[in-house]
Amino acid sequence: MEHKNINVKLKVWRQKNSNDKGTFETYDAKNISQEMSFLEMFDVLNEELIAEGKDPIAFDHDCREGICGMCSMYINGRPHGPWEANTTCQLHMRAFNDGDTIVVEPWRANSFPVIKDLMVDRSAFDRIIQAGGYISVNTGNAVDANALPVDKAKADAAFAAAACIGCGACVAACKNSSAMLFVSAKVAHLNQLPQGEPEKNTRVLNMIAQMDKEGFGACTNTGACEAVCPKEISLTNIARLNADYAVASLTATK
Amino acid sequence: MTFKQMFTSSIGKKLVMGLTGLFLISFLIVHVSINACIFADLFNPDENGEMFNKAAHFMGSTVLIRILEVGLMAGIVLHIVQGYMLEMLNRKARAVGYDKPMGNVGSKWYSRSMGLLGTLLLLFFILHFSHFWVPARFTHQGLDIPVTYNGVDMHDMFGLMKVTFSQLWVVIAYIIGCISLFWHLMHGFQSAFRTVGVSNNRYLSLLNNIGIGFSLIVSVLFALMPIAMYLEWIG
Amino acid sequence: MLNSKIPAGPLDSKWKNYKNTCKLVNPANKRSLEIIVVGTGLAGASAAASLGELGYKVKTFCFQDSPRRAHSIAAQGGINAAKNYQNDGDSVYRLFYDTIKGGDYRAREGNVHRLAEVSANIIDQCVAQGVPFAREYGGLLSNRSFGGTQVQRTFYAAGQTGQQLLIGAYQALERQIALGNVTQYSRHEMLDIVMIDGKARGIIARNLVTGELERHFGHAVLLCTGGYGNVFYLSTNAMGSNVTAAWKAHKKGALFANPCFTQIHPTCIPVSGDHQSKLTLMSESLRNDGRIWVPKKQGDTRKPNEIPEEERDYYLERRYPAFGNLVPRDVASRAAKERCDAGYGVGTSKQAVYLDYAAAIQRYGKIEAGKRGINADAETITKLGKEVVKEKYGNLFDMYEKITGENPYEVPMRIYPAVHYTMGGLWVDYELMTNIPGLYSLGEANFSDHGANRLGASALMQGLADGYFVIPYTIGNYLADEIRTKSIPTDHPAFAETESKVRDRIHMLMNIKGTKTVESFHKRLGKIMWDKCGMARNAEGLKQAIKEIQQLKNEFWSDVRIPGEINEMNPELDKANRVADFIELGELMCIDALNREESCGGHFREEHQTEEGEALRHDDKYMYVAAWEMKADHEWQLHKEDLNYEVVKPSQRSYK
Repeated sequence: MEHKNINVKLKVWRQKNSNDKGTFETYDAKNISQEMSFLEMFDVLNEELIAEGKDPIAFDHDCREGICGMCSMYINGRPHGPWEANTTCQLHMRAFNDGDTIVVEPWRANSFPVIKDLMVDRSAFDRIIQAGGYISVNTGNAVDANALPVDKAKADAAFAAAACIGCGACVAACKNSSAMLFVSAKVAHLNQLPQGEPEKNTRVLNMIAQMDKEGFGACTNTGACEAVCPKEISLTNIARLNADYAVASLTATK
Repeated sequence: MTFKQMFTSSIGKKLVMGLTGLFLISFLIVHVSINACIFADLFNPDENGEMFNKAAHFMGSTVLIRILEVGLMAGIVLHIVQGYMLEMLNRKARAVGYDKPMGNVGSKWYSRSMGLLGTLLLLFFILHFSHFWVPARFTHQGLDIPVTYNGVDMHDMFGLMKVTFSQLWVVIAYIIGCISLFWHLMHGFQSAFRTVGVSNNRYLSLLNNIGIGFSLIVSVLFALMPIAMYLEWIG
Repeated sequence: MLNSKIPAGPLDSKWKNYKNTCKLVNPANKRSLEIIVVGTGLAGASAAASLGELGYKVKTFCFQDSPRRAHSIAAQGGINAAKNYQNDGDSVYRLFYDTIKGGDYRAREGNVHRLAEVSANIIDQCVAQGVPFAREYGGLLSNRSFGGTQVQRTFYAAGQTGQQLLIGAYQALERQIALGNVTQYSRHEMLDIVMIDGKARGIIARNLVTGELERHFGHAVLLCTGGYGNVFYLSTNAMGSNVTAAWKAHKKGALFANPCFTQIHPTCIPVSGDHQSKLTLMSESLRNDGRIWVPKKQGDTRKPNEIPEEERDYYLERRYPAFGNLVPRDVASRAAKERCDAGYGVGTSKQAVYLDYAAAIQRYGKIEAGKRGINADAETITKLGKEVVKEKYGNLFDMYEKITGENPYEVPMRIYPAVHYTMGGLWVDYELMTNIPGLYSLGEANFSDHGANRLGASALMQGLADGYFVIPYTIGNYLADEIRTKSIPTDHPAFAETESKVRDRIHMLMNIKGTKTVESFHKRLGKIMWDKCGMARNAEGLKQAIKEIQQLKNEFWSDVRIPGEINEMNPELDKANRVADFIELGELMCIDALNREESCGGHFREEHQTEEGEALRHDDKYMYVAAWEMKADHEWQLHKEDLNYEVVKPSQRSYK
């Protein structure tokens, strides 16, 4: 493996808090090893900023192995940057060339207000889950795990949808700031399993009602969400959600 | 869940768009089939629009179709009004935009431009209605001389087309209209099926291909009508 | 003397007897009892959800933006349960026995047996919640063997078992929030425990967005805050994982048990440079098919593919012919370190060994060609073999390629051990209560179930066992006596005093205005810990480490630079708070490691090894839990809890 160091120019969104207007600042990241992850490059830059007595750039991150869903940068016109099926923390500087200018912005959506710099508030996702993204079973109520066989194809499809890490890239990518891919992934996970069947209808109605209340836009099937999803959640889940919603609203008795 | 909520939630609104869209697609099939009768002239120079005029007369004089026509108009209005409301809602969901937009990553320009394409189509419809639908139903302007087949007097819609499409700017406007229609359908056709809940991947990919074929055939056939008339291939 | 409150009676009926005789709280009283849960990983989320379901008023706190981000999410392999679905002879006893043995006989029999007993219920509960475990074509659950066990008892969801289990617990938690039983405080960090009349009665938490300090009352406080592996700076833990909550409890009098027991995972992606911020684990399953080797020549700079077969040293196969590449984690890790220290390491850093799939690719390729009945040439065999490997390990190979930029199908992967899990933690009794009444600790944050070494796929099991099936019973036994305690208003002097101490400390940190960044101190601490209290330890090194850490502490408190303000989102301040605690913990870890004059599990003292270089336990002197009480700065008192093995007879582990 060839080790190469590069210099890049960063154009980063800076915003002190949610009331601040915010603006772009430009920074030079010099002598950056291409072995670094994108966030490690930010670490290096932040260390320099602190040494210069400046305010470091705030960004969300935690596991740095692509699973917790906390990192959230919109890099050069794409949530999580240029690599396919990837999170920002797993993006490495090999993706860039010497002399590149990299524009880094926070997720943009009214439902994801900026907290500081590149950090946004995604608590709307928690509230959508609270509206029905669960199976109502108290601890201790469960029957033996093998008492309920599940069609393997359905179990696999449910798993593929359950892989969603709730990062919000779908909302950031969607021209309508719609959270449909997120909601559909949760609905597809739970509604396809026999355990989720009893609450199928109320789940979908309540989750969509909450999504609307949070101010997310409506889905227009453009497919941008699917393209940037780090876990490759399929757009088909949205179609399934539409069907579940139609059935639920047509058969609702109240 | 009231009936109102069924159509005012985000999915409900989309459902209205999808259902009216599919209804309008089915109308397009009828419309393009009947209008394609003008091309009978290509095969029989003595036709002079007879087949087309008869078909148009049938459409205009059948009660059931006249009732459906009301539904069609309602569908168009609903599709337009709901479309604009949806566009507004969606634009409002992101007050601060990106410095560097996503562009074509994962989505097609026409999928993102349904509002623009729809607006172009709306402008085209105003022109189109004033050319044909309004004279045929109400003013009879340009239709004062009827044609008679088998003793039945009918509007000479074929003649009206010939006159209308003798003007170059009209032909150009119609071509632009057809191009808009093509891209609008390219997204709308498959999207409508997704919205009404077709989620089987095999059917979705089939519908996707049918959508491309449908958009192409319908738009090209429509566009050929003014062109053929202007260039006097027929009539 | 420490009272672990293990119920009397035969091992397999202790828990049953406990449940039959513990005190209960009636539903009306539960409504007026408040519980604080700090941390929302598997242990915290499952506890908060279950307690909410019971009717208690619960508050949860996490520093992340949502409970779903907790680092339990990163567990890949699976979760053990004594279901015996595979009819291969598994039982509660065997799971219990394997866990005790795997822990190198430094765990409590009573706790571990209870863990094995409830393991089956966990799987039932998770399936009912919709956790999408892997299934067979018949629709029933699939199992695999993990970490060298002889039975297939591990349930899994591809390589994302932790994620799926956490999402299950998170959803149960969100449901309780929707029902009004639980209130969630995200982006909050607990900064101290409030003690009233000797009992834990609440916490001081900092709202990380506004920087404000908040007071929260609880009749009981549960710390479910995970492990402290980040004391090493580089570990497979999340960036935010920290010891702060547990450490604050320790400073308030809670004992810290076996702090030196650290698990080093053998298959991680090696460090690539000074910029490295964390290490990434690759599932242990890779050792099932990969062969581990280094060149026979020291300092060999040839590319791996240029080194002929006879010049490669498959050192695990050489040293441990019976288990080969599948020896337990601690053994594999130490062997890799031994080779690298001796100068045989590979890669630019020379701190790595090869994990080679070439042989597996050939083997699978031949099998596949045989299956398809084709007389394949070498090229086809390689192609078929790669396809099989891709199907089995594709996601791991992709991850490796993303991080290193190397194609593991073509060149051997480079791996090196990394800190992964900490078996030590807050001392708790059988009821998971620390020695402070009303203060509990669950999951990785406590010390209780894994002894000196944790088996693969057991961390998830313990977190969920504690949260779903243990604490709902044991907390009632305490709260039953608290029903007369009215909710204490947070203007009580104890709250005011604790808050002002927290505030003073934050001001002190901010006012240092030194020259060095928090990160630089953390890195230096990590280096001391890794070099002197890492995979191998000796008395001299540990003594030196203690000195260095004490110096580092002084330097930190006089020269750290924290930018920004207190009353705003200030990640550097958050980090400084945590690193200050890590520094103190580091010292205690070294003291504990120095005290334990034996090698066991994750703790390897160079002075105590067999002639072949294997770990040597001293059961006569060290069969106890070392629980440390903080007396003053740099001063701890050791309390011993003797471990009595009534059922299992300790023996020396051998993998030769």
